[in-house]
Amino acid sequence: MNISLNITKTITELLSGFMPEGAANIGAMVTIALIYLAIFAVAGLYLVLLERKVAAWFQLRLGPNRVGPWGLLQTMADALKLVSKELTGTVKADKFLYNLAPYFVIVSSLMALAVFPFTKEFQAFDINIGIFFLIAISSIGVIGILLGGWASNNKFALIGAMRSGVQTISYELSVGLSLLTMVLLTGTLQLSEIVEVQKNGWLIVQGHIPAIIAFMIYMIAGTAETNRAPFDMVEAESELGAGFHTEYSGMKFAYFFLAEFINMFIIAAIATTVFFGGWLSPFGITESIPWLGVFWFIGKTFLLVFLMMWFRWTFPRLRVDQLLTLEWKYLLPLNLLNIILMAVIVWLNLTIQF
Amino acid sequence: MSYFGDIYKGIKTLLTGMSVTGKYFLTSRKGAITQQYPDNKETLKMFERFRGEVVMPHDENNEHRCTGCQKCELACPNGSIEIIWDRQIDPESGKKKKMIDKHIYHLGMCTMCGLCIEACPTDAIVWAQNFENSVYDRSYLTKVLNQPNSKLKAGVED
Repeated sequence: MNISLNITKTITELLSGFMPEGAANIGAMVTIALIYLAIFAVAGLYLVLLERKVAAWFQLRLGPNRVGPWGLLQTMADALKLVSKELTGTVKADKFLYNLAPYFVIVSSLMALAVFPFTKEFQAFDINIGIFFLIAISSIGVIGILLGGWASNNKFALIGAMRSGVQTISYELSVGLSLLTMVLLTGTLQLSEIVEVQKNGWLIVQGHIPAIIAFMIYMIAGTAETNRAPFDMVEAESELGAGFHTEYSGMKFAYFFLAEFINMFIIAAIATTVFFGGWLSPFGITESIPWLGVFWFIGKTFLLVFLMMWFRWTFPRLRVDQLLTLEWKYLLPLNLLNIILMAVIVWLNLTIQF
Repeated sequence: MSYFGDIYKGIKTLLTGMSVTGKYFLTSRKGAITQQYPDNKETLKMFERFRGEVVMPHDENNEHRCTGCQKCELACPNGSIEIIWDRQIDPESGKKKKMIDKHIYHLGMCTMCGLCIEACPTDAIVWAQNFENSVYDRSYLTKVLNQPNSKLKAGVED
């Protein structure tokens, strides 16, 4: 396998063969964006299918098994149905913001995908403040939710959106601080370098106790960030109709739905990169074949996605006050203590390195 | 320090819950409770407790156990059961006796509460497990439970 995995460079070189340099750069960007868009739209659909199957298995059911073999085409059919549906709206909605909201949500979640190193050099955009970029981008999505809830001119949507604001602002802190704990260990924010550091052992092993605490906090806060059960105060079917997307139908609803699942993938992918060695294979068993890294990365990510689904189908939902108690009274103080613990461990060189 | 105690207890109980659902997840292949209904029509067996409709079982001699006491009619909260009865001369003893002519059951009005079956002193009516009750006209839902020319089984009244 002699294919260069650095896709940005490969495509730019390919295009600059018959284009001026500026056009080739832009062409490469557009091509990569389209490839990512196509791959992750389909991946999002299959995540929905996975969620439904996993939910079924947790509840001793069979799950979708009618459309295609083992129900594999079920979500494709659902997406086609949603595309063909009418885009309804309320009369008193703020039309511009109402139509804008789904794009905020989907664009912000797709933007975050650009920085993940799927394997060695297979990365669309190797920015040197990768983690910072991810934390920043993941909080833009909530603007879409707030806009959607506000512009719908619907009280349920508004309550859902405000809850989303409360929840995301609170849990941002925990996500950021738990990733910061790991940054103390790596000394860099660049995702490709974070993976390089882990060649001496995955960070969850290197950082042992504080890393495990940080991972637990990250998974709890990450689940809350994606607005999934048990933290689904935003949608809250039993109380708010469908929460912020009550008034959305057809493809606009599908964007919200898809964004939720891509966000779940992103949260799991960040955890994979920062805690579980990204595309590195366990004990370096496939180190000589770099393209296998994609499978390790996807495999680890899907394990973590499964963990989040496991949370969803096990735990009872939280009330808003319990949600905030959990964050401000438990996760945040623990997180701050954990940073100190990690700092002490890094300072005294107590990390486990192979 | 109940603060850290609470955290410990919280994590412990969450893990207990996850282990329970995890076990269900692993055994779901064998124990799926979903009935793939129209496909398994031949093998589908409803449970004993399922309330489909009220029927009156008859034995091979076309004999039922209904004495016409009307307790089911009285017990029914919405009048789904009507019993048309008559005093006839019993051919064996030669005395006049209450006998049912028709045991009429309106399935369309029945709420499946089961009070008639509890009220029946001779177990003449029981639950059937069929559920494909849709018909094109609602008059089909009015059923006569006793078969034509059927009679009371001997010894039920004693």
